[in-house]
Amino acid sequence: MMHAEGLVLRFGAVAALDDVAMEIHPGEVLAIVGESGSGKTSLLRVLAGLQPVQAGSVVFDGQEVLSLSDAAKRRLMRTEWGFIHQNARDALRLDISAGGNVGERLMAAGARHYGRIREETAHWLRRVEIDPARMDENPRNFSGGMQQRLQIARTLITRPRLVFMDEPTGGLDVSVQAKLLDLIRGLVAELGLAVVLVTHDIAAARLLAHRIMVMRHGRVVEEGLTDRVLDDPRHAYTQLLVSSVLAA
Amino acid sequence: MTTGYNFAYLDEATKRMIRRALLKAIAVPGHQVPFGAREMPLPYGWGTGGIQVTASVIGSDDRLKVIDQGADDTTNAISIRRFFARVAGVETTESTTEATIIQTRHRIPETPLREDQVLVYQVPMPEPLFKLEPRVRESTKLHALAEYGLMQVKLYEDIAKQGEVATSYNHPVIVDGRYLMSPSPIPAFDNPKMDMNPAIQLFGAGREKRIYAVPPYTRVESLDFEDHPFRPIRAPHACALCRSTESYLDELITDDRGGRRFICSDTDYCAQRQRT
Amino acid sequence: MYVSVKGGEQAIDAAHTWQAALRRGDAAVPEVSITQLREQLGLAVDRVMAEGACADPELAAQALKQARGDTTEAAFLLRAYRNTLPRLGASLPMDTGAMRVERRISATYKDLPGGQVLGPTFDYTHRLLEFAAPIAAPPVEATEPAAAMPRVSDVLAREGLMARDAPSDAEPADITRDGLRFPADRSLRLQAMARGDEGFLLAMGYSTQRGYGNAHPFVGEIRIGAVSVEIVPPELGFAIDIGEITVSECQMVNQFAGNAEAPPQFTRGYGLVVGRNERKAMAVALVDRAQRAPELGEDVKAPAQDAEFVLYHCDNVESTGFVEHLKLPHYVDFQSELEKLRSLRARWEAERAS
Repeated sequence: MMHAEGLVLRFGAVAALDDVAMEIHPGEVLAIVGESGSGKTSLLRVLAGLQPVQAGSVVFDGQEVLSLSDAAKRRLMRTEWGFIHQNARDALRLDISAGGNVGERLMAAGARHYGRIREETAHWLRRVEIDPARMDENPRNFSGGMQQRLQIARTLITRPRLVFMDEPTGGLDVSVQAKLLDLIRGLVAELGLAVVLVTHDIAAARLLAHRIMVMRHGRVVEEGLTDRVLDDPRHAYTQLLVSSVLAA
Repeated sequence: MTTGYNFAYLDEATKRMIRRALLKAIAVPGHQVPFGAREMPLPYGWGTGGIQVTASVIGSDDRLKVIDQGADDTTNAISIRRFFARVAGVETTESTTEATIIQTRHRIPETPLREDQVLVYQVPMPEPLFKLEPRVRESTKLHALAEYGLMQVKLYEDIAKQGEVATSYNHPVIVDGRYLMSPSPIPAFDNPKMDMNPAIQLFGAGREKRIYAVPPYTRVESLDFEDHPFRPIRAPHACALCRSTESYLDELITDDRGGRRFICSDTDYCAQRQRT
Repeated sequence: MYVSVKGGEQAIDAAHTWQAALRRGDAAVPEVSITQLREQLGLAVDRVMAEGACADPELAAQALKQARGDTTEAAFLLRAYRNTLPRLGASLPMDTGAMRVERRISATYKDLPGGQVLGPTFDYTHRLLEFAAPIAAPPVEATEPAAAMPRVSDVLAREGLMARDAPSDAEPADITRDGLRFPADRSLRLQAMARGDEGFLLAMGYSTQRGYGNAHPFVGEIRIGAVSVEIVPPELGFAIDIGEITVSECQMVNQFAGNAEAPPQFTRGYGLVVGRNERKAMAVALVDRAQRAPELGEDVKAPAQDAEFVLYHCDNVESTGFVEHLKLPHYVDFQSELEKLRSLRARWEAERAS
């Protein structure tokens, strides 16, 4: 579905990505783990066409993403792709109703029937466990977890095939995190989504991902099936990561 | 004052620059073309865009009509008509049918226009997205990519929160199936007149330095939802002078006890009907 | 008939006559001459000249008189007039280093080549109304021709401490012909501010000092004086001096932390205004530096750093026109709003009843 190779990204003297490759197949969840500064978020932004690189290639469905026009990238982002931000407030319009937020992608894709947009929106609010009765409220006063679920509904309503998630549970209470992870796992399985998940939370990766890539200093140090990498880490850094989560 | 100024005030090089912008605007219906608007001897916001457009297309054999709020006798309409009489020496008229160029603020005449007529709109704010996206760099991108979901969301919000679309004037339109365009602050009642109109419709925004156009016989659709169709509104009364139940009406307060009467905003249309 | 309230030719004529009468004031009081205004209200004339974008004190004084002392209205008159003048060509870049200086101060060096020249200023006056008749024209000693006065920014640049602005021979954009485009390059920004509203720019500059824009400015130099204007007529092929204009120039020195490519150094905020107006030149220099944030990799957070916001709103001819156009009739739109409001209220009442 998507594969990348030879990605090089430098900020001044610092290499954020140093010859990175990856691939993801339909319906697969790939977790990219590492501590902050490891390059995982840069990689996500590059894959999503949001960050140009000095070298390398990203191919989605046979087309080179990095050389797509802005128009084509934005079209992908409203149709085939979705992007879940760590902070829901970066993605939501807080002065527009919850329903308007969710329906926006439908309208951007050309939906022009108010009643059907409402129906579809209500359906998706239910799926992310938000009471459709709150559809016309502004999300400003929603809790953090609810805002995040609203962002998920807003992203999934146009049924993207590939979703980029940047620390989707970061910044939330632990109890809320668990519930949200569960919800994401259910939706991903049900919809057969491919997901590139960036997280520093090994537990989240274990719960959601089929496969894991471990990054450090802009390089991929280890990669493999989730159980294999977490239960039998080969690289010293992965061992450290896994043991630190066990210790915590 | 007439002496010392070129015909129709602007120098010929400036007129050519504006005509080039107009041609481009007509070639890409509904697309805003930046142009080097000049300071005019009338203030920005008072019709300088329309005046510059009119000055660039007017010839000595044209007959000019100027309306503001549909009327020929409003002060600003008089002031602009006088300006052209002074700097271009052209014939002016109050009759819609006799005019070859009609400069307007906030209305489209009730009398249907013809192929040999040009309607010049004065536009205060050409960018239909400005309340949703004030940054010109960003709104330009949205136009380039035809990303108009945001505007639809605004209408959605109106219906969700108030039961109907809240814009009663300056209701956005899609021109020729492509560009989102501000019709200028005409009442929504006038929007349908823009669609497939035989006349050339030119829009000038002086302060914002943009020109755009709707060529003759071009599709102009008001934004709406299939199940909440666009609804032009007028006061549900007959004109107190000509009894028209089809024209757009001004509401006049006649006393301080709630008395009011309604008369046509289009003075020429009303006068014609009173005569016949 | 109520239609008559829509105005009419007579109303306009009567209004103009009344305005003319008020402009003249009490006919028993002598009329001020344009020359008197030019000579005795020079700073008001200079402000009109700058905001009217036309370096002609005589015309600016005439506009000021015609506008009853309303500087914004006067600037508008002057702009509308200058717009009808043919554009004969562009001057060569003016050399403010060769200025015939009447005032030149630096807040960064106590002494410097050419010295500090206080010149005519209100700076150290006591702001007391002079109820006694002012002294008639005190004598002023002719100043000696100044020695070379290198610009402070050049002194710093020679030491490598001041970022050099890359020189360019490209013809700068012309705001009077093409209008604003974004992203606006520095020449366009400086032009827009040179004719922008003094009050607005002052507030914007001030805001950068109060935390909205992260400024640490020093007045490297302010100089006011006469500068030669030269053009190269195509038929001659060499530069000729076509006269002098008085300008105010301010160079603000600001710190810059440096980044991967550039070492820590000073950066410049620059302001140049036609006529004597150092307050505005200083404000422009502050805002200019604030607007260089993207180029220097600084965060754009404050209003003054937002070029679109500042430049679109600094022009008082544009802003006064649009604010004042609200006086024009809006009967038609208001009528639509009335009908819409009635419709919304009917819906609201029906819903509440049910």
